[in-house]
Amino acid sequence: MTIALSITKNIHDWLYSIMPETAAMYAEMVLIALVYLGVFAIAGLFLVLLERRVAAWFQLRIGPNRVGFQGLLQTMADAIKLLSKELTGTAKADKFLYNLAPYFVIISSLMALSVFPFTQEFQAFDINIGIFFLIAVSSIGVIGILLGGWSSNNKFAMIGAMRSGVQTISYELSIGLSLLTMVLITGSLQLSEIVEVQKSGWLIVQGHIPAIIAFMIYMIAGTAETNRAPFDMVEAESELGAGFHTEYSGMKFAYFFLAEFINMFIIAAIATTVFFGAWLSPFGITESIPMLGVFWFLLKALILVFLMMWFRWTFPRLRIDQLLTLEWKYLLPLNLANIVIMALLVWHNLTISF
Amino acid sequence: MKNEELQGLIGSWSPDLMFSEEGSQYLNVTVPKEELHAILFKLKHDEQTSFDYLFCLTGVDWGEELGVVYHLESTVFRHSLVVKTQTAERENPALDSVCDIWATAEFHEREVFDFFGIEFTNHPNLKRLFLTDDWDGFPLRKDYEDNINMIIK
Amino acid sequence: METVTLDSNFKSEEYFINMGPQHPATHGVLRLLLTIDGEIIKKVEPDLGYIHRSIEKMCERDSYQQIVHLTDRMDYLSANINNEAVCLTVENALQLEIPERVKVIRTIIGELTRISSHCLWWGVMGMDVGALTTYFYGFRDRELLNDIFEETCGARLTMNYNVPGGLMFDIHPNFVKRVKDFIAHFKTKLPEYDRLLTNNIIFQKRTKGVGILSKEDAISFGASGPVGRASGYSCDVRIHHPYSALDKVTFNEALRTEGDTYARYLVRIQEMWESLAIVEQLIDNIPEGEYRVATNAVIKLPKGEYYQKVETARGELGVYVISTGLKSPYRLKFRSPGFSNLSLLNHIAVGGKIGDLVASMATLDLVIPDIDR
Repeated sequence: MTIALSITKNIHDWLYSIMPETAAMYAEMVLIALVYLGVFAIAGLFLVLLERRVAAWFQLRIGPNRVGFQGLLQTMADAIKLLSKELTGTAKADKFLYNLAPYFVIISSLMALSVFPFTQEFQAFDINIGIFFLIAVSSIGVIGILLGGWSSNNKFAMIGAMRSGVQTISYELSIGLSLLTMVLITGSLQLSEIVEVQKSGWLIVQGHIPAIIAFMIYMIAGTAETNRAPFDMVEAESELGAGFHTEYSGMKFAYFFLAEFINMFIIAAIATTVFFGAWLSPFGITESIPMLGVFWFLLKALILVFLMMWFRWTFPRLRIDQLLTLEWKYLLPLNLANIVIMALLVWHNLTISF
Repeated sequence: MKNEELQGLIGSWSPDLMFSEEGSQYLNVTVPKEELHAILFKLKHDEQTSFDYLFCLTGVDWGEELGVVYHLESTVFRHSLVVKTQTAERENPALDSVCDIWATAEFHEREVFDFFGIEFTNHPNLKRLFLTDDWDGFPLRKDYEDNINMIIK
Repeated sequence: METVTLDSNFKSEEYFINMGPQHPATHGVLRLLLTIDGEIIKKVEPDLGYIHRSIEKMCERDSYQQIVHLTDRMDYLSANINNEAVCLTVENALQLEIPERVKVIRTIIGELTRISSHCLWWGVMGMDVGALTTYFYGFRDRELLNDIFEETCGARLTMNYNVPGGLMFDIHPNFVKRVKDFIAHFKTKLPEYDRLLTNNIIFQKRTKGVGILSKEDAISFGASGPVGRASGYSCDVRIHHPYSALDKVTFNEALRTEGDTYARYLVRIQEMWESLAIVEQLIDNIPEGEYRVATNAVIKLPKGEYYQKVETARGELGVYVISTGLKSPYRLKFRSPGFSNLSLLNHIAVGGKIGDLVASMATLDLVIPDIDR
């Protein structure tokens, strides 16, 4: 079942009625892109605020609460400030790559956002290799980080970028393998199909023990993938100052910053889709109101986002060699064994479904 | 070990040492600069003295001479000793480094070199520690003059 | 580390980076010249002097009362203990009889200062290994102590509470009650420190076996305070050369033998418990009496040399005064604990990663004005 573009069905019909087919197609794409850009910006800003409030909560503080109701406009104000800031950079930077880097980071996370099934209706791009597409696209971001660190002509940035490369290459494996474990149950990479399968029980329930192991590995690897504490080797402010974005200022810095938060949301959204039934409500309690799917999706994703913030404000940072040891010596073998177990479960029909 | 015993023991090592307890809570021994390194080496490695802890190394400008004061303590016997040495040379004063005996001396000697201009021979990395390399003069000497930065009452 | 022979096209080169003078991990204006091969530290060379104020030269010009005020600009986190060191030197030289009340109050305030300094260190230590939340927990408890100091002497950081001959003012009527409240509060909060950071597996992996300093090296490098004690070197001035009221209290010297970063961490945590015990023993029996004995307006020390050791939060502070009988010292030298502790940084950091350097540097607990003086 393909549910492509159905949220825009009315607009779609209207556009096709007033202009030639090719023009309407382009106009439609631009419109969708604009909608997602808006979602992207608002989600990013909201997540920054959420992070700050959560951090304040953990740290016995209050957090931003003056600009707007409960500080809702605080990050908006910050964004405006960053927009108006002067863009500075090092004199001997590789100008082209230096300016290009933030776009790599932000575009990769924007692309990933397009495939999520927020509800049955609200999904821009239901590609049949959905999971594969997500993994592929989200790893483009590291190129931006590498470029940014390398072209800044700053040794701290360079160390940060190199760490990022090492880290992403390693943890990409765990992300891929843990998602693959779940694909064994669904038998499809298409996100809408995966949701469809979960109507008889979320995958974390269907796959029980191996699914829970896969989810834990996925969350660890996902935190590492987004370069957040305790895996923030890339920034490691007590070691590298600001890491790869040491030399960035103003809006270019803000792109890196926003992308980090969007990536966190993406990691949580993938987990929501693959493990927790995306927009499906628990026990189907609101099945009759499909629009509430957005609510369930966001609720689940935000709980996972909160979990990642909890990690960040509790744990100390790992050292770079410990980071690699964790992945190559523990997570990867565990993951491979887990796939085999899951395959056996699926083969013998030992999964739980209602 | 009591001060008298220390004086008797150390005094037997060399005839040129001068002892004094006047105006100080420790036993003071003045060592000629030629014998400095040998005496200090022995003070640390002799099993009866075992002065393994150099807790203070001070440069002093005595007016005519420049000197260094070593405060020693033994972590085994918990007795203390002050060793003093000086050089009459003010243009190119030089003393033996004790870095090879106590590792902490490396930084303390650099500090003394920085502020008193005393060269320590055999120091592995003798350069200015606090001041810039092109700083003129040695500020903690009594004849140092700086009309801009010093307020003289 | 195993050495890997690389193809000649891939040359492995060492390079320099400047850590500081503005860097989050150096806690001030310390500049470290690092020689690095990839992530591995080959050499650490500190470059000092960014806030050198020539306090020793100024002392040769000032009166002894003025010198006291300069000392709390050195190690500002143990300001009170620094003040005490100079006051003790002057009092011993003049052979003044100091009232018991003064001695007890000085010891209480000194130990509270030590707790306050260790609270800040604990917060920053967590931050240096990447756990940002510890900072606020440490400051929460430190704030209560600062309030007590503020009520006692009007200042929160550079207190100048000691003067030669005693204290500047008597303690505030609330002092005893507030200190008792603090002790009760802090006893419930210290275990929280362990739950948040000490028992964290990542933290333990980051610090155990990192930056090892042997006992022989600790003595040779002149390490003192928690750095020396973590290497099994019993160097607590409070035990070996007790001053003020410290000979009236019983406490254990926090000693460990591992000599690694984790041991230095545990020694400081234990020191907070010990300091609490010292304050508890004294707070109920502060003797009545004068809070100051009169001294001459112009203090002239008799001709001679005076040396006084005290234990600050960072280690052994020595004040060496050479007096010629005038109102100012002929030469005054501060043997600061941070200076000697910094000199061993290269020794313990070489061979580790950048992250190890930051972790070991955090447990040296450097305060840069203390080193630069």
